[in-house]
Amino acid sequence: MKDTMTVDPLIRVRDLSIGFTGRSGITLPVLRNIDVAVRPGESLGLVGESGSGKSTLALAMMGYLKHGLRVIGGEARYAGLDMFALTRRELEGIRGGRLALIPQNSGQSLTPTLRIGAQLSEALRLHSKLPEGEHAVRVVELLEQVRLPDPSAIAGRYPHELSGGQQQRAAIAMALAGEPEALLLDEPTTGLDVTTQAHVLELLRDLAAETGMAMVYVSHDLGAIARVCDRVVVMYAGEAVLEGTTREVLRNPRHPYARGLLASIPKLADARLPLALDGRPPAPGQAGAGCAFVQRCAIAGEGCRTARPELATLPSGARVRCHHADRVGSLPARAPAETGRRVIAESDAILSLGDLSISYARPGILDQLFGRRPTATPTVDGITIALAKGETLGLVGESGSGKSTILKAVAGLLPPAGGRIELAGDGALPPLVDDRRPDQLRRVQLIFQNPDESLNPRQTIAEILAQPLRLYFGLSGEALRQRTEALLESVRLGAHYMDRLPSQLSGGEKQRVAVARAFAAEPDLVLCDEVTSALDVSVQAAVLDLLDQLRRSRNTAYVFVSHDLAVVRALSDRVAVLYQGRLCEIGPAAAVYAAPSHPYTEVLLGAVLEPDPDTAPRLTAADIPERSPPARGCPFQRRCPRKLGPQCDTDMPPWRRGKGGHSIRCHIPHEQL
Amino acid sequence: MAVASIHRRPSFTARFVGVTADITARPSGAIGLGLVTFHLMLAIFGPWLAPYDYKAVDANLILQGPSGLHWFGTDHLGRDTFSRTLLGGREAILVTGIATPIAVLWGGFVGIFFGLVGGKIDDVLMRVVDAFLSLPWILKMLLLIVTFGTGIEVLIPTLAFFYGIPVIRIARAATHDVVARDFVQAARARGHGKMTIIRSELLPNVRDALLVEGAMRWSWMLLAFSSLSFLGFGVSPPTPDWGLMIADARGYMSFAPSGVLAPVLGLSSLIIGINLTADALAKALGIDRAQKAPV
Repeated sequence: MKDTMTVDPLIRVRDLSIGFTGRSGITLPVLRNIDVAVRPGESLGLVGESGSGKSTLALAMMGYLKHGLRVIGGEARYAGLDMFALTRRELEGIRGGRLALIPQNSGQSLTPTLRIGAQLSEALRLHSKLPEGEHAVRVVELLEQVRLPDPSAIAGRYPHELSGGQQQRAAIAMALAGEPEALLLDEPTTGLDVTTQAHVLELLRDLAAETGMAMVYVSHDLGAIARVCDRVVVMYAGEAVLEGTTREVLRNPRHPYARGLLASIPKLADARLPLALDGRPPAPGQAGAGCAFVQRCAIAGEGCRTARPELATLPSGARVRCHHADRVGSLPARAPAETGRRVIAESDAILSLGDLSISYARPGILDQLFGRRPTATPTVDGITIALAKGETLGLVGESGSGKSTILKAVAGLLPPAGGRIELAGDGALPPLVDDRRPDQLRRVQLIFQNPDESLNPRQTIAEILAQPLRLYFGLSGEALRQRTEALLESVRLGAHYMDRLPSQLSGGEKQRVAVARAFAAEPDLVLCDEVTSALDVSVQAAVLDLLDQLRRSRNTAYVFVSHDLAVVRALSDRVAVLYQGRLCEIGPAAAVYAAPSHPYTEVLLGAVLEPDPDTAPRLTAADIPERSPPARGCPFQRRCPRKLGPQCDTDMPPWRRGKGGHSIRCHIPHEQL
Repeated sequence: MAVASIHRRPSFTARFVGVTADITARPSGAIGLGLVTFHLMLAIFGPWLAPYDYKAVDANLILQGPSGLHWFGTDHLGRDTFSRTLLGGREAILVTGIATPIAVLWGGFVGIFFGLVGGKIDDVLMRVVDAFLSLPWILKMLLLIVTFGTGIEVLIPTLAFFYGIPVIRIARAATHDVVARDFVQAARARGHGKMTIIRSELLPNVRDALLVEGAMRWSWMLLAFSSLSFLGFGVSPPTPDWGLMIADARGYMSFAPSGVLAPVLGLSSLIIGINLTADALAKALGIDRAQKAPV
């Protein structure tokens, strides 16, 4: 990297400001005075939370502005060309060829009606000088280059026949068709499973090394950045607040925001809750005359309010936009000492699932005529879990592992194909919501992933919270009002939120309202379905903290579903690992996250990306997509790196019991796991 | 932390004013709303504005061309075409003005209900709706009118019934979009009854689509009413009506074209006005009407 410093930059953004004209006619900036350079072969990370301007900056590098945006000042040059001064035709010659973009959701950027091979040939026709006759060979080469198994078969498939990870690889292959000098990647692995994400990132690393491409990697995920980037720019409210080598930014962040952001990321090795970063970034035009971060900064002085800090170069070469960069080191990077584990009595189970199985297969018309049951393998099978009062059970697994399906069945939204759902003191629950008694319904509440979807956009916050209060407690008038206010207080929102609509709240505030709605019912059990995955990291930490406070004060049990192992670790007492709708491992959180573990747990833990430049993911299992669980044998048989032999294909493995209720379902004896 | 300004849900009047302002801010919307308002005013104040009595027959003035006295000439009975055109929309606006809300209400309710319930009942109902829609509307309508006779008391329920059926489709489609969302799932999981879910979760989210659909149905219904009048099943003479006027005057079109042109102008300007308003309303409410093709 050192020797590249002297080379002329490939991408040079100088004092760039971009903004839009607001309703009042005033220009509101979304990017302010950005100065960034990317040299050939270098990989730069742009990191920040939603609204920080990182994607706008990446798109500006290719001379593209989203509708309504315009350049206020400065310039963006690519290989010396002023990208905003070029004609459309000139831009077409650069974009997609010399400078390629890989968007977040490649599944949507691939044309659904064309085979992968045809789409790649088109990219070759547009962006390479290769004669038509050699396209077929080159297509296979490209697919090979992105490590897709059986490339000639993949070329003949349609996008929907590929898994999310394969689609992303196909999109990368398409970007490589023009043999680009630089690649812009906009959250390329967001939404992929942990193992898939780790594989795609390794691929990008290898490609960068092989081809010598420069990369600009936009992400909110510092773990991913740590893996692929040489240098990082931390964005906040449209400004670059910190720029430095990946190692320096992650190890010794010299800006209070970067430090807070790092502290708010849950770590796999740390069972404590991450430290929340309070407040929210200013909206465009609201940053004021001083430092944009001043409202949330713990070390801000009077000067920070009035004067905007300049981007200053530190002795190490890093650049930081802070008046007090020397004092950042005094900020806490970790949560205060252990908040004290709660003691959970083993005896009184609040929820027990007995051999629960769920099938999405519906009987066909002939089966119905002859009264036959559907014969397909159930999506979820053999789930036996007991949850104690006040306990938090984490459910982890990749997409399609049946985590959310189990929650839906417990909530009564999906009828199970077999097995029992028992609630303490109520016996077996009727399978469907319609047959459950109001009191049974009240005791089990559900919080959804995305508050934009789970809150009715046409209801005020007061109306949203009144729904459960009216239904379960028959409250009205003044009593209802008081209770609503108390609920808002309990989730750290004030009474002034009552008359607002969800669209007027930030993501974190919306999720707090969703939490308050669940707790309005005074439930014994709250089902949390990926409740933090739609939120920014700093907001996620605050919501996790809130959930922790609420369970402590009310002794509520949680089933906490997430694909993020570090988040599950931070909140759960016990963890269950699911693969293809079957339990692989269950036990106390500390035991599950340590050896011995199920081969699948090992694969999952190995793929977790940490915001640490020195850890590399351990990728042991092949990244093959699975559509449905195998009919016989171990559910993990097709991908297991430690497969013993034919017995894994034919026999369901036995439960191997360890200490403290730690059980692993594997043919390999407990001692060797 | 910054103190946010107090946000409140806009009241009904505030929203009405806001949407109206949004409609008139678009040239097409302003023209459309202007035309509709103009026609409504005519329907109300027409009798005071008309220069002649609409049923005053004068054998000396049969089929005259436009003149200073008779701007649009006279018809085959010597009646003033201008006066009759001014009044020609009253009956149509009255009948369709009552029938449209009824159609939207019943079609909307049925559509929302079956959109929520789903399953087999929904499948069967939609096939019945398809079957109904596959028949030419004029045939269905004539059948009822021939059976029960003409007159407002038959026309209103007939139009309301037949034009409610396509509304079922729209309401059901809009409901399906909403039902899949998590807040409806959340309400179901809490154990709310179907009627509560319809009232507080679905209706507020489907209402805008129904409003736009209602505006569109109104213009279709006006066309249908005028067609019935043209065929002689609408209003009875001597009441002036655009459809009837066109039917009466078309025989003399070659030498007295103003007799046809005047009612055509009246009818088409109202329908164009409604369509422009409906489109602007859809844009103001943020509904993409291109996605939901009219049935």
